[in-house]
Amino acid sequence: MVSAQTQLIQGLNALAAGLVLLAAFAMVTTRQVQGVLRFLVVQSLFVAASAFLIGFNRGSIDLWALGCIMIASKVITIPWVLRRLLPADLYERREIDQLINIPTSLLIALLLAIAAEFLVGPLVTAAKDPVVQANLPIGMAGLLIGAYSLVARREAIPQLIGILAMENGAFFAGIAIAPDLPLIAELAIAIDVILIVVVVGVLTRNITRTIGTTEASAMSELREEPRSWR
Amino acid sequence: MALIIAVSLPLLAAFLCWLRPLRRIAWAITVVFLALNLSAAVVIAWQVLATGRVVAVAGWLEADGLSALLLLMVTFVCIVAAIYSGGYMRHETGSKERLWWFYSNYNLFVFALAVVPALARVNLVWVAVELVTLFATLLVGYESTPGALEAAWKMAILTIMGAPISLFGFLTLYWAFRTSGGGTSETWQGLYAMAATMSPNLLKLSFLLVFVGFGAKSGLAPMHTWLPDAHSQAPTPICAVLSGMKTTIPLYAILRLLSIVLGSPDARIGEWMVVLGLFSVGIAAFLLLQVRDYKRMFAYSTVEHMGIILTAAGFATHAAAYGAVAQMLNHSITKSLCFYAAGMVLLALETRQISQVRGLFRISPFAASALLLCSLAIAGAPPFPIFLSEFSILSAGLRSGHSVAVIVLAVLIVIAFVAIFLQVNSMLFGEPSHPATRERAPRSCGTAILIAVAPVLILGVYIPGPIHSLMTLAAQQLGGH
Repeated sequence: MVSAQTQLIQGLNALAAGLVLLAAFAMVTTRQVQGVLRFLVVQSLFVAASAFLIGFNRGSIDLWALGCIMIASKVITIPWVLRRLLPADLYERREIDQLINIPTSLLIALLLAIAAEFLVGPLVTAAKDPVVQANLPIGMAGLLIGAYSLVARREAIPQLIGILAMENGAFFAGIAIAPDLPLIAELAIAIDVILIVVVVGVLTRNITRTIGTTEASAMSELREEPRSWR
Repeated sequence: MALIIAVSLPLLAAFLCWLRPLRRIAWAITVVFLALNLSAAVVIAWQVLATGRVVAVAGWLEADGLSALLLLMVTFVCIVAAIYSGGYMRHETGSKERLWWFYSNYNLFVFALAVVPALARVNLVWVAVELVTLFATLLVGYESTPGALEAAWKMAILTIMGAPISLFGFLTLYWAFRTSGGGTSETWQGLYAMAATMSPNLLKLSFLLVFVGFGAKSGLAPMHTWLPDAHSQAPTPICAVLSGMKTTIPLYAILRLLSIVLGSPDARIGEWMVVLGLFSVGIAAFLLLQVRDYKRMFAYSTVEHMGIILTAAGFATHAAAYGAVAQMLNHSITKSLCFYAAGMVLLALETRQISQVRGLFRISPFAASALLLCSLAIAGAPPFPIFLSEFSILSAGLRSGHSVAVIVLAVLIVIAFVAIFLQVNSMLFGEPSHPATRERAPRSCGTAILIAVAPVLILGVYIPGPIHSLMTLAAQQLGGH
């Protein structure tokens, strides 16, 4: 028999899952770099909220710690690092160049979310845990939508944010499927994510200094041209 | 104990290179520490041969045959590349100001490479593999030219995009391990033991995700596109480590996971690996025919060899696993030699275009002989070690009943062989395109080439007993089921 409290928490967790997915859609449809970054922060907050809810339900200190790590890394450190490393004009009110227009992008993101549901469907029905049933498909959808925005956006910072959104998806599923992962592994993963941001940020700064733009389409000097055999 | 030393030495070296008073001797620090590290790796290999496995911190830092072999490879390739970099970096990159930064970063890169095989805890393997990618990115972009930055960017996006995908895979793997009663300490050893009882669906999903994420890092087609760019733009000693070890280390994690998945019932994933491996070999073989830059040529040859190793692992027999391990070892020692030779040509002629180099034997006999030797070795000509390992892979494939795959693989290997030969032949002979060089190549480069040549010459005709038993142990880890 499931208690009323557990049911309430599972309901709230499902709500958080829905909001994570909504934030993923919002990231695809937002045109400005700063807006995308804001939605990433919002999404990370919902991921952390899900960790707190499940942690409360299972009485697990580890999940509370995980939520705190999430907030410390994605909500506080990463936006701060980006702002410190990069000149303001890179992430402020500027439109992102997109390969595919926004309505089509939204449609593709929707298809990806459905595909994610089908991909992990058999696992979800086998798991029988309502928390896994909420988090695993949404996490997979977050991963796929993040990957799509990475491919569709041809600029450095939006691409980096796409990677972080993918990471959020993986984390969101991880809260449900690997809640008792050793804390040292969680910490190492968080530090690794911050390092990714620092390295890519430094690289982006060097690229803006040397090449003058961060549009990936401007970087096409290196490619394979067929050799003619005499 | 030796294992803890082997893992912490590069960190200490990185710290020392960063200290202001020691910045001038960063190169010497790097070489000395790597020499210590190599001896630690030899000690570990010795202990593994004696006892089967070395346990430094139970459940966290452990080494079996495969780990010991990889540690030996990492330290050997990295020390030779470090020696080579002494003369090369001063000669080629000009600015001495940031050399300490280069070496500090290089030591961190070595740390990440060495820690992957030494880790027993599977979640941390993901972290370490990501660190390898990050430090490699910084090293590829070291020269800060537009080309180098573009190459570093392509590499960063393609390989870091794999990070969340493989993280998802590792979390799924943990889930599979835990729900089948494995507890929370998920080690490689524990996974081998639980392979038969874990849910095959979960295992397959996690392997798929890790394969996509790490396959991009090890340059398997169709995620190989960063590899030739990075290799044409990075400083040559970094190319040697990139091709020799940076691609092999994620492949090592894939192969370990593959052997676990193969241990579960009804897994037909081996056949898929054969197909994907052959795809990489095929793509590389045809790109080798039309490549115009000799550093890119060796990069495509790396894609080819990664494909061969994956194919061998897909055959899933003990003999094929032995071939895969031998191919890993032979590829990393031979490929690093290739880049040292290519670097000598680049130093002497300052062009990367194959068509602009003619008559190299008359321009720089030393560079020409090194190039001839290493391309014979990497293409797999008979007296060299790669011939032996490719031959054993082909025969193991025939014995395991994959005759079609073996025929395709053999044809593709021959195409790659011919392609490398046509390319190198056009560089070595004919009317010299440049005047003969008076200037002597940096002494450290020559020394590094002589050190790197030794195992390539020896392992082709004689495999010392301890190395053979180490490879057999390693093959048991990969194909023991």
